[in-house]
Amino acid sequence: MALRSVTGAGAPEPGCAALVLELSSSTAEVRAALGQVTEALGRGGYCAHARNCAELVLAEALNNIVEHAYAGQGPGRIRLWLQGVPGAIRLELRDRGRPMPDLALPEGRLKPLGHDGDLPEGGFGWYLIRRLAAEVSYRRVGGENVLRLVLESGPAAGDRG
Amino acid sequence: MKLTCRGTEPQVISVGEPRIDAAVAIQFKDAMRAMLSPEAERVILDLSQVEFIDSSGLGAVVAVKKAMGASQRLDLAGLTPMVDKLFRLTRMDTIFALYPTLVEAEATEVAPLPLGGGSGG
Repeated sequence: MALRSVTGAGAPEPGCAALVLELSSSTAEVRAALGQVTEALGRGGYCAHARNCAELVLAEALNNIVEHAYAGQGPGRIRLWLQGVPGAIRLELRDRGRPMPDLALPEGRLKPLGHDGDLPEGGFGWYLIRRLAAEVSYRRVGGENVLRLVLESGPAAGDRG
Repeated sequence: MKLTCRGTEPQVISVGEPRIDAAVAIQFKDAMRAMLSPEAERVILDLSQVEFIDSSGLGAVVAVKKAMGASQRLDLAGLTPMVDKLFRLTRMDTIFALYPTLVEAEATEVAPLPLGGGSGG
């Protein structure tokens, strides 16, 4: 399935952006979707820092869908909504893959790094999402995973704690 | 995965890609392993052309470090703002020496690692 933009938005006013995308669960389409979202945020007048944080949070959330929700099932469909308003970037992701374990979001705690031999090579995704997003919520509705993410885009936002 | 390499001590490996993400993390790891000199005591990874690294890319950089010998060190240079932020947020700045530019990394004398048998050279 080709990545397709369901609606694009010119977003003439600064601090505004809107985009709806549908993609299949592949790393190539995730990359293309991230490009479209950051471009829309750029057109919407969001600063590089806000765009970068949104890109990383979205990358981690989408990679999680590709690697876990749809793991071993062949490509599945992901729908993405972006709504940028002054001071905030809202994202919603919907997929029909496996639900989150216990229908709950992972805590995303940073594990102790240890030293050379036992350095962790993974497990940073949810930590980064929780660290960079102001709000994260998950629900399972009608066989769909619904993940909502809100990032603050005001001055000094995007680095919480 | 475009990597270029110069020098032997330190060995400088420059990544010629704008992204190290889930789409290319494995290629990055494999290309790095093929390029790393087993003799180099210090390897500087020049990330100045890399604008974006996700947690898969971060994991790949960690995997490269783990695949190196105990007497070898891997330093990171030329970190763009979001890449720098990623390494600091995940506290990888306690594992890797981070340099804003390759010039600064190369100008910094580093002591051989106490671990293993760093035999000079």
